[in-house]
Amino acid sequence: MSTVIDTDTQPVDRLEPLTGGTLPRIAPVLVGVCSVALGVLAWLLGLGVGGAVVVAWLAYLVGITGWTRAVEGSRQSTDTLVKTLMWTAFAVAMVPLVSLVWTVVARGAPVLTPQFLNDDMSGRALLGVGGGIYHAIMGTIMITLIAAVIAVPIGLFTAIYLVEYGKNNRLAKVITFLVDVMTGIPSIVAGLFAIALFIVITGDPLPRVGIGGAIALSLLMLPTVIRSVEEMLKLVPDDLREASYALGVPRWRTIVKVVLPTAVAGIVTGVTLAIARVAGETAPLLLILGTARVANWNPFEGPVQTLPVYIFQSLGQTTHFKYGEIWTDRVWGAALFLIIIVMSLNLVARIVGKAFAPKTGR
Amino acid sequence: MTTAIQEPLQEPQERARTTRVGDAVFSRTALGAALLVVGMLAGVAVFLVAQGLPALEASGEQAYGKPSVWSLVGPLLFGTVLSSVLALVIVTPLAIGLALVISLYAPRRVAKPVGYLVDLLAAVPSVVFGLWGIAVLAPRLVPVYEWLNSWFGWIPLFGGPVSSSGRTLLTASVVLALMALPIVTAILREIFAQTPTMHEEAALALGATRWEMIRMAVLPYARSGIVAALLLGLGRALGETMAVAMVLSATGAIVSFDVISSANSNTIAASIANNYANAAGLKINVLIFAGLALFVLTFVVNFLGRYIATRGQVKA
Repeated sequence: MSTVIDTDTQPVDRLEPLTGGTLPRIAPVLVGVCSVALGVLAWLLGLGVGGAVVVAWLAYLVGITGWTRAVEGSRQSTDTLVKTLMWTAFAVAMVPLVSLVWTVVARGAPVLTPQFLNDDMSGRALLGVGGGIYHAIMGTIMITLIAAVIAVPIGLFTAIYLVEYGKNNRLAKVITFLVDVMTGIPSIVAGLFAIALFIVITGDPLPRVGIGGAIALSLLMLPTVIRSVEEMLKLVPDDLREASYALGVPRWRTIVKVVLPTAVAGIVTGVTLAIARVAGETAPLLLILGTARVANWNPFEGPVQTLPVYIFQSLGQTTHFKYGEIWTDRVWGAALFLIIIVMSLNLVARIVGKAFAPKTGR
Repeated sequence: MTTAIQEPLQEPQERARTTRVGDAVFSRTALGAALLVVGMLAGVAVFLVAQGLPALEASGEQAYGKPSVWSLVGPLLFGTVLSSVLALVIVTPLAIGLALVISLYAPRRVAKPVGYLVDLLAAVPSVVFGLWGIAVLAPRLVPVYEWLNSWFGWIPLFGGPVSSSGRTLLTASVVLALMALPIVTAILREIFAQTPTMHEEAALALGATRWEMIRMAVLPYARSGIVAALLLGLGRALGETMAVAMVLSATGAIVSFDVISSANSNTIAASIANNYANAAGLKINVLIFAGLALFVLTFVVNFLGRYIATRGQVKA
């Protein structure tokens, strides 16, 4: 807070008063039009489109700042300068993000036919037309669900321990720290762990099992689940717990019947967001799932294909001189479908969070 | 609450026993789950160390043509840090601008949908970012690289010769920056929202311009939060695998400051993903050792970020 105090002690007359003229409201538009004209001129003189945009932007920046400085004074012109820079950063940040969504939709949408979603890649090792992502969709659903089945109960009970039983004892502090450490596990390291584990378990030097991928994903999910459930449980007012104890309700029933129902919306939201995150993971699965061309429903044996891994592996084929184009189509179609899955999970999470939020009356 | 009516009918003693049993079972389950988490993490650490340490004896063929595992991991660490730091340099102004516009400049009806869009983009899988990086971003960046090379070629970073595919370390850094952008922006917005409204309004009422208000009321409050958010973003960029593995056409474990040529340093995560398929025997241990090094690095960065964040909270 020291900065605020510093400015307080500054002599008041050091700051120039803001009493001066004001620019006409149309000023930004005027400067904008002039800058665009300059940009077009630069473009006509042979600069590329990118160069022309930069010229126009610089012209606007200098023009509007200079004009404000001349009319309104230096404090206002600094304000205008910063404002323009902020909006520039905003625009620069939005362009690639919008471009990403647009590219995936534009190139993926024509590929997404019912046939593409219902077919698998059986008999199409590298060559061959047609084919689809049925096996990869099913693999993604299966692996993600198994990961959730492992991670959600463990995460839920750990959070219950931390909030309801641990109450800042030493073990709870250690666990909180370890959960922080877990958040930092790079996804590829989780994959390495899974494969090292299954090399030891199966004795096979290159194990390919679905359950290994699910374990790697659950490792990545756990900290997110614990964190979000913990936050939600902490939001439950202590009054509710104490009222329940006062009525003679035992602790575990208080947790099951009072605390969890109050927090259920937030818990569902957090868990769904965690599932959405791991559904798009590639790196940990790449190592242990291998390559499959048909749906494999047995997580304990044989390779399984998931959408992200399918995208990554298919990318290697897009340079094929004859079938490259169809591989490119498959990649974008799969990418669009993956985004649709992840985004709908996100939307569901947010709607649940909004719709079932507890009414605390505060 | 039918149970409330039924319960008095039970024998008091029996009820007390079920209560005790129920409580015992429930608290043991919770404790068990918590200990399981500790066990899992200990398992990861033990496995990685046990499987990684044999790599110290690897050399030559097994260490991917390097005399020892250190001369393999060292350059990879360099590439990891270089790409992440570049990503951080790119993401810092963008995220601060984006967060300030959303929370302070834009009118509410623009800010809300944009904030929502940015949040949704945080969920885009990295493999899709990688795909976009190859197909859209890399070719567009080639002319920019040529321009950088011709004007700023004297800086070692832009020494060239410029890669014709655009799949360079700088492109990978740009993709990493875009991936970190939604998360960093979300954290920054939360931090800016914590500034007391009173301070903001008082500054404006005393005649401060918008920027003076931000500089005097918002930024001093948010300083440690900004650093923490950026460090957490850095932690994410360090561990990111797929985007780099896809976008970068890496030369291998070399140290090269040149980020726009076709001879690129590689990152740890990407090189594990690229080399795993043909690894066997001691090579697996070497990769696991590299993964361990990456884990330690991300842990340190994340820990630092959290430490600064909590210290800032106490002060505020």
